Amino acid sequence: MSKIEFTRRGIIKTSAAVGAGIAMPTLLTSPAAAYTNEPKGKTVTLGFNVPQTGAYADEGADELRAYELAVEHLNGGGDGGMMNTFSSKELKGNGILGKKVEFVTGDTQTKSDAARASAKSMIEKDNAVMITGGSSSGVAIAVQGLCQEAGVIFMAGLTHSNDTTGKDKKANGFRHFFNGYMSGAALAPVLLEMYGPDRTAYHLTADYTWGWTQQESIQQATEAIGWKTAKNVLTPLATTDFSSYVAPVLNSGADVLVLNHYGGNMINSLTAAVQFGLRAKEVNGKNFEIVVPLYSRLMAKGAGENVKGIFGSTNWHWSLQDEGSKAFVKSFGKKYGFPPSQAAHTVYCQTLLYADAAERAGTFNPCGIAESLEGFKFDGLGNGATEYRAGDHQCFKDVLVVKGKENPTSEFDVLEVVKVTPRAQVEYPVDHAMFAGGELGKCNSGA
Amino acid sequence: MLKLDKKDAVTFLFVVAITLLAPFIMNPFPTESGLAQFNAGYPDLMQRFVIFGIFAIGYNILFGLTGYLSFGHAAFLGMGSYAAVWMFKLLTMNVIPALILSIIVAGLFSLLIGFISLRRSGIYFSILTLAFAEMSFRLAYSVLTPLTNGETGLQITLKDPRVLDAINTTGHQPVTSLFGLEMRNTATLDIAGWAFQFNVGYYVSAVFMLIAFYISMRIFRSPFGLMLRAIKTNQTRLNYTGLNSRPYTLAAFVISGMYAGLAGGLLASMDPLAGAERMQWTASGEVVLMTILGGAGTLLGPVLGAGFIKYFENIFSKINDNILHSWFSFMPESLETFFTTIIHPFVGKGWHLTLGLMFMLIVTFLPGGLVDGGTRIWNRIRKNKKSSSSAASSTEPVE
Repeated sequence: MSKIEFTRRGIIKTSAAVGAGIAMPTLLTSPAAAYTNEPKGKTVTLGFNVPQTGAYADEGADELRAYELAVEHLNGGGDGGMMNTFSSKELKGNGILGKKVEFVTGDTQTKSDAARASAKSMIEKDNAVMITGGSSSGVAIAVQGLCQEAGVIFMAGLTHSNDTTGKDKKANGFRHFFNGYMSGAALAPVLLEMYGPDRTAYHLTADYTWGWTQQESIQQATEAIGWKTAKNVLTPLATTDFSSYVAPVLNSGADVLVLNHYGGNMINSLTAAVQFGLRAKEVNGKNFEIVVPLYSRLMAKGAGENVKGIFGSTNWHWSLQDEGSKAFVKSFGKKYGFPPSQAAHTVYCQTLLYADAAERAGTFNPCGIAESLEGFKFDGLGNGATEYRAGDHQCFKDVLVVKGKENPTSEFDVLEVVKVTPRAQVEYPVDHAMFAGGELGKCNSGA
Repeated sequence: MLKLDKKDAVTFLFVVAITLLAPFIMNPFPTESGLAQFNAGYPDLMQRFVIFGIFAIGYNILFGLTGYLSFGHAAFLGMGSYAAVWMFKLLTMNVIPALILSIIVAGLFSLLIGFISLRRSGIYFSILTLAFAEMSFRLAYSVLTPLTNGETGLQITLKDPRVLDAINTTGHQPVTSLFGLEMRNTATLDIAGWAFQFNVGYYVSAVFMLIAFYISMRIFRSPFGLMLRAIKTNQTRLNYTGLNSRPYTLAAFVISGMYAGLAGGLLASMDPLAGAERMQWTASGEVVLMTILGGAGTLLGPVLGAGFIKYFENIFSKINDNILHSWFSFMPESLETFFTTIIHPFVGKGWHLTLGLMFMLIVTFLPGGLVDGGTRIWNRIRKNKKSSSSAASSTEPVE
C-alpha cells in the first residue's frame, strides 16, 4: 500500500490541472460562425491571389493594380470609377455592407500547388471571405475547387478555358471573362470574310486546359466555315524557344497558323513565326496568315511590330467609348499613368460585382451571394448588357474582334477593334458538348 | 524508454512536446496586433511544417548517412500524391488506404530508380537521379495527362466512383477523413486576443511525423545506420574489405523514397490535389536545402530546415507594400518611402532573395546548419557557467 500525502501545493496544482481540463471543451469553439470567415469586426477581408512571378507575371501585376483601385473605390476613395456607371446603385462608397474593405495578396507562381497554398493561408490565417484572381486556367480551376471545399466565393480573374465554367464548374465559382468557345464563335465570321473559306490551318497549342479547349473551339468554328485543319501541335507552357515548332509549319501545306498561346508564350511564338518569314510567304496561291485567338494589350505590346494586321479576340479594350470604359480608363490612368489591360478590367468588374451582390443579398454568406449573382443582369461595366447565367456561372456579353494596328499612335495604342460580336452569336446551351461532363453541385457556405 | 538511450529519449520527448504544442508556439502574437503577420499557427502551414519535416527526415537517411546526394526525391513525393488522389477517386475518402498505396508506389519507383542510379556514385549519381525526376515531371506534365490531368493537377470530383463510400447525395464535394474524422476540422481556442487553432489534419500528420522521426532515430543508432555512415566515410575502403555496399545504399534509397511517398500522400490527404509542379527539380532542390540548412546527418536538423524554408515561403511572400507602409507609417514621409524601398526587394515576391541570403550566411558561418548554431550557443552557455563556477577544465572525449 502506498501512502498518499496531501500537501497544500499538491492540491492547488491538481485542482488547477483538473479545472483547466474541464474548462477546455467549453473554450474550444468549433466552427460556430454561420459560414466560413463571417466578418465580425468593422472590416471585411478579400484575398487577391495573382501570379507575381512566372510566364503571366505581367498580367498579374496589372490585375493587382486594378484590385487596389477597386478597393479604393469601394471604400469611397478616388473618383468612384465604374461604380458611377454600373447599372446597380447599391454601392455607396462606404465599403461593403458598411464594413471597410481590406485585402491580402499572394503569389500563385502560375502553379496549382502554390496557388492553393496561398489561397489556403488567406482563408485560414487572414479570414478572407472571397478569393479572386488567377491568370492561368489551370490555377483558376485548382483554386476554384479549393474555394468550393472551404466554403468561400471564388471570383475568377483571367481564365479563358472552357473548363472553368464547363467540365470543372463549381457552385461557389463565378467567371466574368469570356472563353474559348466565344472566341471561336466571334472570330470565325471575320476570318471567313477576310481570308475566304478555302484555307488550311496549323495549330500550335499551349499544353494545358486552356490551350486544349481553345484549340478545340477554334478548330470547330473554323471547320464550320469550310477550313481544313492540317495539324495540332502541343507545346509545353514553359517553352521559350519556338523555332523548332515553327519550322515544320511551311512544309505542312497549311496557309494559316493559329497560335493558341498567351502571355510570354505568344510573344515568343509569334516572334519566331515572323522571323521565319511566314508572313511574307505565299502558299497555295494565297498569303500566309497568322491568327492569335486570345489577344491582350500587354501581349501586343510585348510582340511589338509583329502583331500588325493579326486578328484575334479580346474581352475588353481600353479604347472602347462607352461610359463605363471611359470612367474606368480615366481613374486607372489617373492613378497609374497608363491605360488598363483586359485582365485589369475583368478583375475590377469581378470585385465590384461581388461587393454589389453582397449588398443586394445583405450578407457575406457565400450562398446568399451566389443566389444574388445567379441570373443577375447588369450594364455599365464596359461590355454592354451582361448576364451572369445561373446554369454555369458564366457571364454572357458581346465579344470584341481585334486586329494589330498598322499605324499605332502610342505604345498603348496597338490594337484596333474590328467588330463587336453581339452576345446572341457567341451564346451556347449549358449542356453544350464542349462544356459537358461536370456539375455545379450545391453552394457551400462552410457551416 | 522505447529502446532509446537517455539522450535520444530526451530529444524525442522534446520533439513530441514541440509538435503537440505547435498551435501555441507558432502563434506568439495576438490576432489583432501588427505582428500577427508573423504568426505561423494556422492549419495549412503547420501541416506543411510536419509533412515537409517527414520528407526531409527521409532524405536525411540517404544524404545525411550515406552522403549520396539525390536531386530527384521530389519525384517520389509527387508519385505519392498522385497515388493518394487516385485512391480518393476510386476507393474511399479515408486517408489510410491512400497513404498505404502512396508509400508502396513511391517504394517501388525508388527501388527501380535507385537500382539504376546507384550503379554510379558522386556527381554521376546526382545527375542520374535528376534526369529521372525531370523525366517523371515531364511525363506527369503532359504525356501522362489522362493519369495526371497535366498542368491543372489531379482533383477529386463529384462523379468519381469511390466504391467503398456511401453514395454521395449531398451535392457537396466529399472531404478526406480518418474513419469519419474530417481532416479539415479545426477547433479554435480564444484566449484574451489569441486565437489558437487545433486542426485534425495537423495532428494526424504530426503523429506520422513522430513515427517517422522515431524510426529514423532507430536507424541512426542501428548497425545498419553505422554501415551507412561507413559508406559515407570511405566507400572504397569498405569495398576492399570484401563487403558489397550496394544493398545498403539501395535500402537507404528505398527507405527515403518511401518517406517521400508518405509525405506526398499526406499532402494530398490534407488537400486532395496533386500537381505536377511538386515533382519539378526545384522541389527536389528544396529538400536538399532543407537538409543542409538544418544540418545534414543530424536528427533534428531536417525538421528545423523544413520549418525554416516553409516559414519563409508562406509568411515572407505575403508581405506586400501596403503592409510595409503600415509598419513605417510612424516615420516622416520621406523616411517611410526610403525604408519601404529598401525592404521591398526582400519580401513579397522577393522572398527567394531573403532565403538565398540566409542560406549563404548559414552555410558560410554555420557549416553544420541550424543544429550546429544551436550546439554552439549551448556550449557557450555551458562554458560560461563552468568557468564561473570552477576554473578547472575537464578534457572531453572526442565522440
